[in-house]
Parts: sequence; C-alpha cells; structure tokens
Amino acid sequence: MADVTLTVDGKTITAPAGTLLLEACRKVGIEIPAFCYYPGLSLQAACRMCLVRIEKMPKLQTACTTQVTEGMIVATDTDEIHQARKAMLELVLANHPLDCPVCDAGGECELQDMTFKYGAGGSQFVEIKNHREEQQWSPVVFFDRPRCILCYRCVRVCNEGMDVAALGIQQRNSGSVIAPNDQTQLDCEQCGMCIDICPVGALTSDTYRYKTRPWEMTHVGTICTHCGDGCKTTLGVRRSDDGMQIVRGDNRDKSGLNGEFLCVKGRYAFDFANNEERLTQPLVRQPNGEFAPVTWEDAIKIVAQKFRVARDDRGGASIGVIGSTRNTNEEAYLLQKVARSAFGTNNIDHHRTTDYVALTRALAGKKHRMASIADAGSAPAIFVLGNDPTEQHPLLAWNLRTNVRHNSARIYLANHRDIKLQRQAKSSIQIPADGYAAFARFLGGEENSVFGEDAKALRDALRNEPSLLIVFGSELRGSAIDALAEFGLSLPDTKFACLGDYVNSRGAADMGLYPDLLPGYVPIEQEGGLRAEYGGRMSQQAGLDVAQMFEAAARNELAVLYVVGDDPAERLGVDADALRNTFVVVQDMFMTATAKLADVVLPTSNLYEKSGTVTNTFGDLQLVKKAADRAGVRSDLELIVRIADTMGEDVHALVPFGKGVRADMGQSRGVQSGEADRHGIWLAAHNLEPKLSPFDPNAVLDEIQRLVPGYNFDRMELLAGTSQHVDADGSGVMEISRFANRPDGAMPSADTLFTSGTLGHYSEKLNEVETFQAKKSMVAAD
Amino acid sequence: MSLTSIAENPKPGSTIFSPELAARFDKLVTLYPRRRSALIPMLLYAQDEIGYVSDAAIAEIGQRLDITVLDVRNVLTYYSMLRTKPVGKYNVQVCTNISCMLRGGQEILAHCKDRLGIGHKETTPDGLFSLEEVECIGACSWAPAVQVNYDFHEELTPESMDALLDEYRSKASQ
Ligand code: SF4
Ligand code: SF4
Ligand code: SF4
Ligand code: FES
Ligand code: FES
Repeated sequence: MADVTLTVDGKTITAPAGTLLLEACRKVGIEIPAFCYYPGLSLQAACRMCLVRIEKMPKLQTACTTQVTEGMIVATDTDEIHQARKAMLELVLANHPLDCPVCDAGGECELQDMTFKYGAGGSQFVEIKNHREEQQWSPVVFFDRPRCILCYRCVRVCNEGMDVAALGIQQRNSGSVIAPNDQTQLDCEQCGMCIDICPVGALTSDTYRYKTRPWEMTHVGTICTHCGDGCKTTLGVRRSDDGMQIVRGDNRDKSGLNGEFLCVKGRYAFDFANNEERLTQPLVRQPNGEFAPVTWEDAIKIVAQKFRVARDDRGGASIGVIGSTRNTNEEAYLLQKVARSAFGTNNIDHHRTTDYVALTRALAGKKHRMASIADAGSAPAIFVLGNDPTEQHPLLAWNLRTNVRHNSARIYLANHRDIKLQRQAKSSIQIPADGYAAFARFLGGEENSVFGEDAKALRDALRNEPSLLIVFGSELRGSAIDALAEFGLSLPDTKFACLGDYVNSRGAADMGLYPDLLPGYVPIEQEGGLRAEYGGRMSQQAGLDVAQMFEAAARNELAVLYVVGDDPAERLGVDADALRNTFVVVQDMFMTATAKLADVVLPTSNLYEKSGTVTNTFGDLQLVKKAADRAGVRSDLELIVRIADTMGEDVHALVPFGKGVRADMGQSRGVQSGEADRHGIWLAAHNLEPKLSPFDPNAVLDEIQRLVPGYNFDRMELLAGTSQHVDADGSGVMEISRFANRPDGAMPSADTLFTSGTLGHYSEKLNEVETFQAKKSMVAAD
Repeated sequence: MSLTSIAENPKPGSTIFSPELAARFDKLVTLYPRRRSALIPMLLYAQDEIGYVSDAAIAEIGQRLDITVLDVRNVLTYYSMLRTKPVGKYNVQVCTNISCMLRGGQEILAHCKDRLGIGHKETTPDGLFSLEEVECIGACSWAPAVQVNYDFHEELTPESMDALLDEYRSKASQ
C-alpha cells in the first residue's frame, strides 16, 4: 500500500497506509506501552496502556487500533500521556496482589516493567483487594485470578492461534474472570501457549511454578527432541546435585522456525531427563544373568573386544547395528561410518516411520522441490494428504492455521478420518483408509469409481493452483509417492514434504542409516566415491534391515547386535530367546525392553545434553546446543568414537579433528569465568571452530558437509542459529532398478499429541496429561 | 481428545423446551445474519420457561447456535438478569437506586428482608419468594418501585408492600 507521512512527537515518519499507529511508532523507535496488543492476534483495545493524543481527535486514542493517515499529528511524550499511563497502571494494579517476590513471572513480568517505567509510586486505592484462591485447571495449567490484568491474550491465542477456544471470559467489570471450558478444568490441547503469552503471572505451569527465578537459570536455545517438526525451544537450566537440570522449556524469544509456538511435548515433556529410572552406570551382564555396574573403561573394553573378535572371526556381516531417530546427524553419520568402515558391515538400519527414500527418488535431479516447514506458513495453497497434523505435527498444524488466518491460504485435505484441520480447510474429502495409493493415481488422471464428484472437484481445484505445497503422511509410500510426485510435478509450481515421526527421522535417513543406501540416499552399489574415504572394509553388498537382523540372530548368524538409542524389542515384540547367541550392546538412557535383553548397557545422554545438528522432516537443518548435563552418562558420539578407538581403529581417519585451526582457549589471557564461552563465540563468529577433540560434533559436521549430497549449507548461518534447508535432491542417485521396488520397511509410530514413542513413557508430565485428557474424552463420549 | 468445541449434548432433534418455544427458537436463529446473534433472546426465553438457565438449556442453546458451552456462559454471566439457579415462584426485585433510595427504597428492602426472613438473592424455604436488590428498573417517577417477575408495583410503603406480599401468597394457594 502507498506510504503516508505523519508526525509523531515532532518527528516526521512514513509508513504504509493501513499500518497501526503503534507499529509505525515502534518501527522508528518510539515505544508505546501495550499489554493487550499482540502481533498476529486480533485487536482487543482492552488495556488502554497505548493511549496517545492525536490532533483534531477528541479524547485520547488507542494507538494499537488506530491506523496511520496522511498528515496525522501525534503526541506520545507529553505530561498528559505520562499521566494517562500512570492512571491506567493504577487501575490495572487496583486488584493486583503485588506478590512479585513469589510470583513466577517476577523478573520477566511485563506489568513489573511497565510499572517501573511508566507507573506511579503510589496508589489512591485504599479498598481491600479482591482475592480468589489459585486454581489448577489441568496437569499443566494453573490460574491465579488476582494477578490477571484482563488483557485477553490467553483467550485470543487459544481461540485464534490454537483453534481450541478453551478459554473464555465471564462476569463483568472488576469481577471479570478468565474461565476454562470444562467448568473448573481445561479440556484442551494442553499446549501452554496461554501460559507463555500471559504478560503477568496469572497463568502458570505446574512444571515451573515456584521452582526458581528467571535470573537463576541459564537459557539455552536448542531443538525439541519429540516430533519431526523440530521446534526451537529455549531450555532454562539450573545447577543440580548431579549436573544441570532442565526446569523450563519455552520459546519466548520467538526465534527459530516455530516463532513462539511449542506444543505440550516441547514445553513440558523434558522431564524424562530427570526420571529416576535413568541409567548412570555402565552395566554388564554377569554369569549369573544379572547386570552389574562396571567402570566405563571396562565396559568399553568388553564391547570393543567382542566387536573386534566377531568381525575378525565371523566377518563384518555377523555384526548388526541399529541407530536412532533422536540422535544428532553427527552421531547417525558416524555410526554408519563406523559400521561400514570399522565393523565392515552394511547391516545398519533405524526405525523408519515413513518413506523418505521414495520421495528422494521421485524427485531425483529436481532442484528446490522439497519444502521447508516455513513454507507451510506462507504457501498460497497447501494440499495435505493423510496424516493428522494437529496430533502428529503440531507445528505444521500451527503454521497452516496461521497461514489461513493471516494470508487466507487455501487448504485442501484428503484423509480417511475426520481431522481437526478440516475447520480451516477450503475443501476436504474422505477417502478409504487403504485408498491412498489409488487416490494418488486418481490425481494423476487414472479414473476410479471409488472416488466421486467431491474427489474430482478437489483434483480440479488442485490443478488450478498456480503454486502448491503437497504434504503427505506415511499412508503414502513407495510407488504411491511416485504417482503423487508425478501429479505434483505436472503442475506449474509444486513443492513436497513427507511427514516422518521423530526429531531426527529425516536426519537418520539422510545420514544413511540404511542397509542398502549410503548417506544422501546413494545406493550402496554405487558407493559414490565413499570407498576411498571409508577404506577397504566397506562392502558393496546390501546388508540386513532391522527385522532381518533379528531373523539372522534367531538363526545364530548374528554375533553382535549394537543398538544405539532405539528400542526395537518393544516395537517388534522380540523375545529374548531369539538373541540367546547374540552379544547385544545397547546405548540408552533407560532400561528399555531392548536394554533388558542386552549383555552390556551403556547409559547415554539425550538430545538436550549434547551438541550437534538435526534435520526435521521437511529437511530444515538446525543446530542442537547442549543445555542440560547429567553425571554418569556419555554422549553416543563419544561412545562410538571410544569403542572404535579401543578396537584399534585410527580415530583421525574416523573423525577429522584437530586439523588446521589451533585454538587459543583463553590460556594466553588468563582464566576468568566465562572466558572460554566468550572465546568459543568469538571463534564461531570467525568461522574458526576449535574441533580439538574427536568428540567434537563440528568435526563430524565438516565431513557431512563435504560428503553428504544435499548438505551444502551455509555454516556461518547455521552457527548463528538460522535453520538451513537441505535439499536432499537425490543428485547422487542414479536410476537403479532395484531401487524402484524397494520395500520401505516403515512402521509409523502412531503417536498422538500426548505420546512420544518409547521416550514418552518416561515423561511423567506427558503421561499425566494423557490420562487427564483420556478421561475427558471418555466423559464426552458418554 | 474430545475438545468440546461444539456443545455435544443433547442429541440433535430432541429438545428440553416446550414445542412452542422450540419452534420459536427454530425461527429466531434464521432472523439474523449470524446465528449467534440470537443468543441473548434465547437465554431470556429459556429462563422464562424454565425459571432459570439450566445446564441443559445452555447445552441445547449452544448446539442450536453452533457455539461452545463456554461461549454461551461467557455471555450469560455478563448479564445480572440472567440466572443459572432457580428462584422462588415470585422474584421480588427491590430497587434501591437513586430515586427509590431517596423515597424509601432501602426501607422497603429492609422490610421485605424482615417479613420474608431472607436476604439478597435468597429464597424462602417454601420456594414461594425470592428477594433481590436491583438497580434502576425505569420506574423512577413512581419511586420507590418493586418488580415481581414481570409486574411493576409503585409508590410503595411498608404497609402496601405487606399487602402485596399477601396478595401473591394467596394467589399461589389458589
Ligand atoms: S493450554 Fe493451549 S489449548 Fe489449553 S487453554 Fe491454554 S492455549 Fe488453549
Ligand atoms: S490470564 Fe494472563 S493472558 Fe489471560 S487475560 Fe489474564 S493477564 Fe491476560
Ligand atoms: S510440534 Fe513437535 S517439535 Fe514442536 S514442540 Fe511439539 S513435539 Fe516438539
Ligand atoms: S494495547 Fe492498546 S488498548 Fe491495550
Ligand atoms: S431508581 Fe428505582 S426505578 Fe429508577
């Protein structure tokens, strides 16, 4: 829109017509205080903090709802305005308890800040303040009525942002009160958005209430370990008896792919890290069948020796390796490298939850066809085939809702069940649960009587979209994906995304945790120059997948099974007998079903306790930073390196560390608290990462960047915290016929909003929320 | 997850209201550009029929308007003339706003409290009378005024108030 020129406090400013006065002022550095105004949400004009004087207008005006117009003359810094702000704050504080010393929000409260900056030192109110006891509305949400300043942000974010509408406002005037939808409880998605958006301490979370003060925590931005969307989460950590403990998760700085969004898992399900069942000592099974703790040195020696003997006596093919969907790219990459180059086996796999391989193959050689999750928030039209994003990909669902709200995006759905996203959809059709492949072909023009007029109308609408994002769930695999891709590629401008379940499902696939594919989906037959890198032990024979490894074990053909952060026994229902002649080594946080069958269990750290990178299901590569710490555990990266080292492998060939850069870690300038940290930042800023040890993930990242097709990203931007979209465009993939009928082997996790695979079992908060909401749906179904 | 977004009970088609009121509601929701605009009249009519706005009425009205129970309650609780608890057969609303106050409204209220043995927003044990202190009911010219259900009674004195209460009592026993 055309610009208009106006005067604010004597300064001439220009802004596009239609801009809100408050925004126009902020842009040029004139601060206008506001409580109820919140970018992205509807206007409320409830708090009157933003009052300004506009010439020729009677009374003071709310800057948050006034649009700029040509020639407007505005005053924001006069005695009158200062007085108005003081008066508004006095009213806001009339019933406010001022219990800042015990309030969770104390120290990061907008009301404190405003009162400090604009408020009066005293109050003319002498009346007794209204008081109501705090209420618990759900396992995560608490409400302290007296602190509420009635800004309606919580109501609006739940209504508009979440499309849940679980919060309302009842009564009137000074008796007005925020109310939950289920009488005295909340029947909702339990996301905690309302808590984080509350400018004061009226809404608080069970996890964080009365635990600590904001300034006592260190805040580390890292990536949520749960679903495949990869939200950035800022973890508040605090020193504890045995390390650094996570006390809070939020994303109030609104950075990262997700802005301020987090679902219940990202915000509250970090407590698995503090679960009492956590393993903190290496365990080795004794002749009597029981586990006994041993030292790390002994445990690693035993494991390395078993691995070496198995390889040398029975050949690399007698070793099986299963990786994780929650480890970093560096760990996944290194694991397959060690398997192939040190163990001499291609028996390597992971828990596949969807078929990334088929999409990569279908788009082979096509640049920029893979979407970023950000595209879901900006594409003009999105077709979601299968999946239930609200339950399985909460950030995707948030982006889609926001896109509809702000940009009137058109959403098309085809699904075999009713999903909540239908409420935002332009059109939505139901297809049979086993009809996805047929539907993909139908889109491409293959007529099919199963699909009626509504399906035809949908197809026509999609064909008419000048630019389309196609997002599909694991209902589509193999040739169905080919058909869908063919349809999509016949349209003028289409991008694709394939929905896998866990934080690094995509990374595990990209890094080559496959028996028949190398990093970047390069077929093993092709070896893509990797042999020169990985050395002579690397075999060109495809190995065994997870199921085949257990079959081989049952046939006594597997000497060693090395499971790094996965629980195949629970997933596949493996019985102990099948592994009686296999030496099983498990790296995990907990005594999982698989760990119970192991000979050696090595306790490891989780994603919140390590550094590296992960790739979300859309291919957005992000930096993982170590936030928490736990005495007694080791990262998987460190363990993989140490096992290989103890086996006698050349660690320098495995991890390219210590090359080139000599880092000054502060020694030359004396030791001072924080020095090393600051120095680390300086190094990063100059693109000089220390990489002084083989346990440094940056060293592995160097190799990933050099060798994995698609991973040619901007290192500097990544380190600065900006996600990098990797186009695993299959450029290294040649047409190989075996590739076409390749079994996908996917087992979707069927997680909901309140579950998270094996890891979810260990989050008390998540379980509590799940039980709470399950009771609600039982009541509703009656 | 249930996410009780749309009021779930009762089953569509069934109604807790009289056939006449149900028919009236059917028409009412079509009169406005947005269905939910019919909310306040519906609440009032429901209260007239049932005596108060019951949970079942809230649920059915929500369903008829395609809004949540929470939405209904948000509006309902705003208005003091809409109630969610039953009252006595005769709801005695005594005005104590300025004109009435100047002409003895407070005394009328005190007198009613005394005679009925109940206070503000209370109901006699026999369920006959409820008492409520209210703001101006628009009968200032004839203050002090009292409204019983929808009937006005003006220029009252403690004596005429007594007679009024007796009249209602005998009406009830007929
Ligand atoms: S937790 Fe989320 S879904 Fe529940 S009331 Fe708050 S914003 Fe709404
Ligand atoms: S609870 Fe918090 S966010 Fe909600 S209205 Fe009150 S102050 Fe605002
Ligand atoms: S949407 Fe996914 S990545 Fe984001 S907070 Fe929830 S579980 Fe974590
Ligand atoms: S910010 Fe303008 S009225 Fe609240
Ligand atoms: S003041 Fe009592 S009716 Fe107006």
